[in-house]
Formats: sequence, structure tokens, C-alpha cells
Amino acid sequence: MNSEQPPQLPDEGDARGKPIGRRVLLGTLGLGALGVVTAPTLQRGLESFLAGASDKDPTGLTGLLPNGGGFRYYSVTSSVPRKNADTYRLTVDGLVDRPTSYTLAGLKALPQTRMVRDVQCVTGWRVPDTPFEGVRLSRLLDAAGVRPSAGAVRFTCFDGAYSESLTLDQARRADVLVALRMRDEDLGHAHGGPVRLYVAPMYFYKSAKWLSGITVTEDVEPGYWEERGYDIDAWVGRSNGREDEPTD
Amino acid sequence: MSLRTDTPPAATAVRRFGRAERRVHRTTAVLMGVCVFTAACLYVPQLAQLVGRRALVVTLHQWSGLALPVPVLVGLASRAFRADLGRLNRFGPHDRTWLRAALRRDRRPASRPAGKFNAGQKIYAAWIAGATLVMLGTGLLMWFTHLTPLVWRTSATFVHDWLALTIGIVLAGHIGMALADPEARRGMRTGSVGRDWAEREHPLWRP
Repeated sequence: MNSEQPPQLPDEGDARGKPIGRRVLLGTLGLGALGVVTAPTLQRGLESFLAGASDKDPTGLTGLLPNGGGFRYYSVTSSVPRKNADTYRLTVDGLVDRPTSYTLAGLKALPQTRMVRDVQCVTGWRVPDTPFEGVRLSRLLDAAGVRPSAGAVRFTCFDGAYSESLTLDQARRADVLVALRMRDEDLGHAHGGPVRLYVAPMYFYKSAKWLSGITVTEDVEPGYWEERGYDIDAWVGRSNGREDEPTD
Repeated sequence: MSLRTDTPPAATAVRRFGRAERRVHRTTAVLMGVCVFTAACLYVPQLAQLVGRRALVVTLHQWSGLALPVPVLVGLASRAFRADLGRLNRFGPHDRTWLRAALRRDRRPASRPAGKFNAGQKIYAAWIAGATLVMLGTGLLMWFTHLTPLVWRTSATFVHDWLALTIGIVLAGHIGMALADPEARRGMRTGSVGRDWAEREHPLWRP
């Protein structure tokens, strides 16, 4: 094949060529299907490999790979205002005897609880052994004096859109915190700081970021993602059609 | 020779793509662009932080993905487009020669015989079509979560994520090669290419 005058090779329109394009297409489809079938095995191997690699990766690029470890940033609004120790307020109201408003310093002055659990997102990512520290929600509820008619708690956020809810029994669990610190640092803005909710046994969408309001209500009101199809009782491994290992 | 001249004299211009092919390419490119951009906004933390509006971005991603095969399906009504699909599908002996030269990084035109499409373009077309369908299938499994068993959804997410990364890289290659060849771009934009270019890059093509 070195002549400048092309030999009598057929143009591609000619049906004499082999239909390799079709084979490549079908092969790609087949590999995709095979990938879905073998995914559980492949995923386990890759996850353990990447978890090891991300520990030694100074660039943080492995964090961008699928299942590469680390948190992902989700916000439902276009921008979230920033709050600091001067501007932040957390209100507790609704069916309570003593509606209260806490400053950041006020929350810090209360007894703090530290817990180390896995964080599991409903979209699949999991961050192992993440310390959270803050005030037990039950303490704030008791301080406000929940009325007997109450049955649920609604959470609102200063991003202006997100909301969450728990039944009163869930809210009173010892592993539900109003968190001020994560990974032994003050909560940054990207992680929902200065204050977020932390519901250890549930998928992470329950742990509302940028927490600004706690309202005791009669019944559970579905939160932002729950209006869009997620389960209200979001126990890790027992909801949303998932079978993750529990985090409680 | 300036490759940017808008209308070369009629004698030196060769018709490469008709309106149907160009429209299919353009709409597919736009839909793919929306898919990739929204995917990045859902996935890359810095972009997610910049854009937010997660529910809206998800909706855009789902619908542009669903629409992605539509331009090709509509294009099937065009005889010229069907003929090009036929050319992309069929591989002759010269395609093997082209691929061997590509593997050896031999860039001399003489060692890269090609018809209207070279072997690289053929493989790219077939692969991206297959990959798009895999993305569509796994995407639907993730979208309509209550229709399929649980394991399927996790597995679909796994394939969707990794294939997305692969497509991103291959697509960057596709765009990079187009950027490096203004005459090829002109063919896709205006429908015509210079005869010199056609004879050099696609010596076996009989326009």
C-alpha cells in the first residue's frame, strides 16, 4: 500500500467490506451488560484498591474517581449564604413551652457528644469512620419543653430551600446530633457549617446542612428530597431500596 | 494554503456532508454537551458547589440523555445519512493498514489509506454509539429505581460512572482531533472540503 495512485480498493459504500462497525457496537453493548452483571465483584475490588490509593494520594484526584472515597457536595439551591459566629442563629419553636434561639457560642457552651460512624449517602458513596461532634438534639428538645401533642420535628435550613423531618422518637435518639464539628474540625461552609444536623443511623440526606430552624410539629412533614421520592424513614440498609451495611 | 478560506473556488471544493448529516451531528453534539456538562455539575465537587440547583440539573441530565439517540434515529430518514452509516460500518483491507499505521504512530498519508471515513473514525462512531446506549440503559435503571431489583441499580450506577469517565476521555480526544484539523471541521460546518485535503486524508474516497 505505497502507490500514490490508489489501487482498485472499494469505497466504503461497497458491501464487500466486513461489518466491523456493527460488531464493535454490539461488543460495546455486550461489555456494558457484562459490566452490570459483574459489577458487585468489580466494585468491591476497586473500592478497596481506591481507598488504599486515596490515602497515599496528595493530589486528591482519586477523590474524583467513582467510588474514590470522600464527601460529595450537594446543594439544592444556586448559592448558600454564609453565616458565622456573629450572624448564626438556631431557633427552636413549634409545639414547645419555651421557644429558644441559640447563638453559635450558646451551642458550644452546652455539653458536647462525639461519635465516630460511617457516613452513607443514598447515591452510593460511603465515608468510613467520620467523627461528628455536637449537642444531642434531645437535649435541645428537653430544654424547650416538648408539649404532649407533639409527634415530629421539622428542620429548616438557611439555604432557603432544604428541609428535613424526623418523628419525635427518632429525634430523641442518642445518635442524633446538632453537629458543630466534623472530622475534629469546625464545620466548614461546604459541609453545612457552622451547624448541621447529624442523624447517624440514616442516609445522609437526613443530616440537613446549614441548619437554622427546629420546629416541633404534630405530624411528620416530608422534607425536600422526600417530596421528590426518597423515603421519609431513611434507615441505612433498610430504606430507599438499598442494602448498605447499617451505620448505627 | 489557508484552511480558513470560506468558499474555495468550485473546482477545488468537494461535497462531504449534506444537511441531514450535519444536522444530526450538531444536535447530537449539543445534547451530548448538555449531558456531559450536567454530569460534571452533579459529580465534580467544585462545579457542584458553583452551580447547586441539584434537582434542576438532574432533570436536564435525564432528558438530554434520553433524547441523545433521537437525532440519529430521525436521520435514518435521509438516504445520504444511511449511506454514511453504511460506510462507517464496513471495514476493508485498507482499514487494517490504517490501524496498523496508527498503532506505529506512522503519520505519513501514504501509510494511512482511508475512504470517506478512516478506520479510527469508524471505530469511534461504533464505540460511541454503543457506549451511548449502555449509558441510556444504565441511566434508565438508575432513574426508574422501583422497576428493577436492588442489585441491578447499584451495578448500573457502577457501570454508568466508569463509562462516563471513559466517554469523557474519548470525547475529549474526538474534539481535540477536530480542533487540530480545521478542514475536517469545515466539512462538518459547511458540508464542503478542499480537494487537496480530501485526496490527502481520504485518498480512497470517491465523492
